[in-house]
Amino acid sequence: MEFKDYYATLGVARTATQDEIKRAYRKLARKYHPDVSKEPDAEARFKEVAEAHEALIDAERRAAYDDIAQRQANGQPFEPPPGWDTGFEYSGRGDSGMAGGPDADFSDFFESLFGRAGRGRSGGEGARRAAGPMPMQGDDHHAKVLIDLQDSYHGAQRTISLRMPVVDTTGHATLQERQLEVNVPKGVRQGQHLRLSGQGAMGHGGAGAGDLYLEIQFRPHPVFRVDGRDIYFDLPIAPWEAALGATVTAPTPEGPVQLSIPPGSSQGRRLRLKGKGLPGKAPGDLYAVLVIALPPSGTQSAKEAYEALGRAFADYNPRIALEV
Amino acid sequence: MARSPINSVIYVTTAKSVVVEEHVVFSFTALCQASGADNAEVQALVAEGLLSPTGSGPEDWQFSGPSLLRARAALRLARELELSLHGAAIVMDLLAEIDALRARR
Repeated sequence: MEFKDYYATLGVARTATQDEIKRAYRKLARKYHPDVSKEPDAEARFKEVAEAHEALIDAERRAAYDDIAQRQANGQPFEPPPGWDTGFEYSGRGDSGMAGGPDADFSDFFESLFGRAGRGRSGGEGARRAAGPMPMQGDDHHAKVLIDLQDSYHGAQRTISLRMPVVDTTGHATLQERQLEVNVPKGVRQGQHLRLSGQGAMGHGGAGAGDLYLEIQFRPHPVFRVDGRDIYFDLPIAPWEAALGATVTAPTPEGPVQLSIPPGSSQGRRLRLKGKGLPGKAPGDLYAVLVIALPPSGTQSAKEAYEALGRAFADYNPRIALEV
Repeated sequence: MARSPINSVIYVTTAKSVVVEEHVVFSFTALCQASGADNAEVQALVAEGLLSPTGSGPEDWQFSGPSLLRARAALRLARELELSLHGAAIVMDLLAEIDALRARR
């Protein structure tokens, strides 16, 4: 098992005070929180930071970790002390075992030291389970599912794999892997949720299972950007196409189309293809955002062409609005 | 600690799905169940104006489908960034604005 240096993760010294640990955590949490951060590996980084904080901010846990780290530093192979995992009651959040997300489990290393219940905040499950053997509907589970933009245009069927803890009749918990075939409805949008009734956690005392919620995420597309129902993409055009107008071939998620550029189009102008966004009762629009591309001036003839352009527009001042 | 063994049986189930944001309305208890929040947290989100149910009180509150996403995001921010729900509400407003700007860029 890989030993984790929680101090290094938080960027603090081993002698750091609890306040310093808290400060370091807050700073990194703001930087890497997946809801806030645009760093590509934000989710993984946040998880590491949260785990390190969880381990070090509790004085007892920190003392235990320091003890292990000390032995680790002395060259002894890392081995969790026996018996550490007893006495913990599972109180993970309802989405434990599901793919991804900052709510996902901490590492094996953390769990080997502190158990699953080492997590500071228990979810509703533990609290509700403590209420007794009353029939209780199973928890609702959440997971994310990645789809392509095109899947929303046409609708799709996706098979997703999920792992979830299941308690068998003898009271033992096993991780069960199951596959779900899910219909991705046409027109579904980023951030929307699919509800799969009865596919969440099993109920207790004969009550029904919870539901499974799948959050839709689009795989990043190299060309198209998504804003709700609307789709945007950059359409590069040559200066003369912008000035004189042109008909160009433009991409859409449903295949290329001919698009006419009006004469006198400026940089950033948006051409709307009505109803070509995500489908639905009120379909979205597709926007081509014009980007004026400058041809290279490397060759002699290119230079002469630019010089001729300059002479023809001798009176043109592009900085007139700056009043300089 | 030994991890729970993964059961070798793989279940393949075909599940009917419904788009929450378009076809689901939550009661107060259903939203608590779906978001993992407790009653007090959802009531606080209503007081904060982040959730706007119809109805006169918790017994007959009806929440729109998008309430689920908002409730979960607000609680996640509050918990993981140690914000008040008021602070989480401000962050969510700003994030929505950034998303809109970024898409139009």
